[in-house]
Amino acid sequence: MIKYFFRRLFTFVLSLALASIVIFSLVEIAPGDPASFMLGINAQPDTIAALRSELGLDQPKINRYFDWIGGMLTGDFGISYTYRTNVTEMVGDRLWVSLPLALYALFLSTVIAIPTGIYAAAKRGKTGDFAVISATQLGIAIPNFWFAIILVGIFAIKLQWFSAGGFSGWKDGLFNGITSLTLPAIALALPQAAILSRVMRSALIETLGEDYIRTARAKGLSSAQTIWTHALRNALIPVLTIIGLQFSFLLAGAIIIEQVFYLPGLGRLVFQAITQRDLIVVESVVMLLVFAVILVNFIVDITYMLVDPRLRQDSI
Amino acid sequence: MKYHFKLLLSAGVLATSLGIQGAHAAKTSMTIALQLEPPHLDPTSAAAGAIDSVLYSNVFEGLTRFASDGAVIPGLAKSWEISEDGTEYIFHLNSAVTFHDGSTMDANDVKFSLDRARAEDSTNAQKALFSGIKNVEVLASDKVKVTLASPNGSFLFNMAWGDAVIVAPETIDDIKTNPVGTGAFKFSNWVQGDKIELLRNEEYWGKPAHLETATFKFISDPSAAFSAMMAQDIDAFAGFPAPENLAQFESDSRFQVLVGNTEGETILSTNNKMPPLDNVKVRKAIAHAIDRQAIIDGAMFGYGTPIGTHFAPHHPDYVDLKANSNYDPELAKKLLSEAGFSEGFTTTLKLPPPSYARRGGEIIASQLRAVGIETEISNLEWAQWLEEVFRGKDYGLTIVSHTEPMDIGIYARPEYYFQYDSSEFQAVIKALNAESNPQKRSDLLRKAQRIISDDYVNGYLFELAFPTVANAKIMGLWENAPTQATDLTDVKWAD
Repeated sequence: MIKYFFRRLFTFVLSLALASIVIFSLVEIAPGDPASFMLGINAQPDTIAALRSELGLDQPKINRYFDWIGGMLTGDFGISYTYRTNVTEMVGDRLWVSLPLALYALFLSTVIAIPTGIYAAAKRGKTGDFAVISATQLGIAIPNFWFAIILVGIFAIKLQWFSAGGFSGWKDGLFNGITSLTLPAIALALPQAAILSRVMRSALIETLGEDYIRTARAKGLSSAQTIWTHALRNALIPVLTIIGLQFSFLLAGAIIIEQVFYLPGLGRLVFQAITQRDLIVVESVVMLLVFAVILVNFIVDITYMLVDPRLRQDSI
Repeated sequence: MKYHFKLLLSAGVLATSLGIQGAHAAKTSMTIALQLEPPHLDPTSAAAGAIDSVLYSNVFEGLTRFASDGAVIPGLAKSWEISEDGTEYIFHLNSAVTFHDGSTMDANDVKFSLDRARAEDSTNAQKALFSGIKNVEVLASDKVKVTLASPNGSFLFNMAWGDAVIVAPETIDDIKTNPVGTGAFKFSNWVQGDKIELLRNEEYWGKPAHLETATFKFISDPSAAFSAMMAQDIDAFAGFPAPENLAQFESDSRFQVLVGNTEGETILSTNNKMPPLDNVKVRKAIAHAIDRQAIIDGAMFGYGTPIGTHFAPHHPDYVDLKANSNYDPELAKKLLSEAGFSEGFTTTLKLPPPSYARRGGEIIASQLRAVGIETEISNLEWAQWLEEVFRGKDYGLTIVSHTEPMDIGIYARPEYYFQYDSSEFQAVIKALNAESNPQKRSDLLRKAQRIISDDYVNGYLFELAFPTVANAKIMGLWENAPTQATDLTDVKWAD
């Protein structure tokens, strides 16, 4: 058990180290120099050299890599080349938009997907099932940014219930914050809900074909009772796995939605940083996202060990 | 919108409680959107036009400044004297000017600002503006003498740029996040990624601003810009990014659309050293193969003024040279075969991100194909474009808008990315820089325009238009963009 834990821990640390090397090299290899970008087309070569040295870009790459890693270990992500503020603070501010948005979208997607998935499985082969399958097919096919534009057209421009975008921060109150995140969260949630609903449906149908379900039915439980007391709990395992995957997608993948609703989130920060060659921000944010994903995996691995007694033996 | 409502509500309550009927105070806050967010807030150490779009004239001021028609007028300097030989400028500063932190702006701050901009380790993106300065001397607290190495007829013009604003040594360290200037608005707050807020400077030395608060919002996506304006989440959008939607706003009585001119010459930049583009006949053929109006209509939805040389058409010294490169594909083919390319040739066309380049590039490619020139199109990001095209000079053709005002002098730099090397042209620019007689300057500028047009250095396409969409009740917005600025000092709501 201890051995298993340490093996997982070793994999965790090794993955992070490898990821940091890959991220740093990729970002550094990409053409484009942050100093030239900032100073534009009229800048003189000596001005660019002065700015490069001010930013520390004249240092050898290997030194910059270790500075970056060393800083991160102590929680210091460095200073943004373009914004000239602390990257840790910037990321922190942006997380206050991206994290609630991802959670909100995840919540909506789960609330929509689980009941519809159960409903479709219970009615499999009938009209209700067909309706859910068609709706989810549509949900998967429609890109979320297009859906976002339609939502804005109806609810912001026509009905004026919501503003067309922007997020003024949580200082203006919880209600205002949630209101400004509602349309983006719906736009993000619906395609995810469509996928999740299908997973729920097929997982439940598969479970309903198991022997113990037949036994439950044979001992006299109704179809609904069987689903609630026996099938659902077992069918939820693949659904939870998908929810976990969706969360990291929602956190990192909201770039386009953040553009459409001009939200000051992580996605928009990375997008701007890439165009401006704000290398340190790109590296740090990507590293942070990788860290989050690897950490989630690590925790899942450890949870498996707690759940599955077979993994507790040191022979594995 | 909600704030507006609250304001109306409180105004209403106030009016009722005072028993006034029909009293309605004009609104004193405004939200203006821009497409790009400034990377930081120091106009003296970056090229990003977005910095000036927020801060120029609002927060920071220079010795001289641009008026909305592009004229250079007094700023912090109320007057100046120029010595006979044109190398000494004595500036008389306005008295009682204070920075937003309460400290006095005097000749020492001017010396500090100019010396900082031209210092060896300066990171000023337009350092060339200051390169002619030999010495800056404080004569009195409101008097400063600038000595130039040689006469420079553009010196007052140069001092009006956003890169030449006056800053204070006490506040320079934090300028990138907390800019302290002398303007009619004070910087108040910046929510990165979202907005910048300015407050009226109650101690302003000049005419005070009408607005009490101004908020700049940053919306980069064109469809989001359209939605935000339509939903009236914002009051105005300066530099509206979706020309295809302008007609819709024009026909809506809630809005007004201003289409002003800019200093942005949009050109098909040509690598004058890369064969076969080093052959003037080939460049002439390209110039005649291009139908400017089709590009303006197709890429810019009709917004833009055709040009025949590298000069802003609204400038008094502009010479209309479009006829020199009129659309004539037959002539283009003839020129190509004279140059020995009757079978045509292939070159590269590298396009930066703006839609004028991406959309315009496709149109130009098809126009060139019609005369036998094949182009290999590649889409580049700005950072890549700067490295590959601008510094690496690894390109045949590219499309870019040169937005710096009065920048025809770039043709006198043979190392510049179009690699045009003409001693005749260089002599004209040298003479221009030394000339301060207005009539002679004007003659030289005209001559310069003719030379580059006759040499077909680049394909001259159109002057970029500057569209602003605003609430119909807003008055005093700049229509034109003589420099990148959103000057709010005279903006107000109609009662």
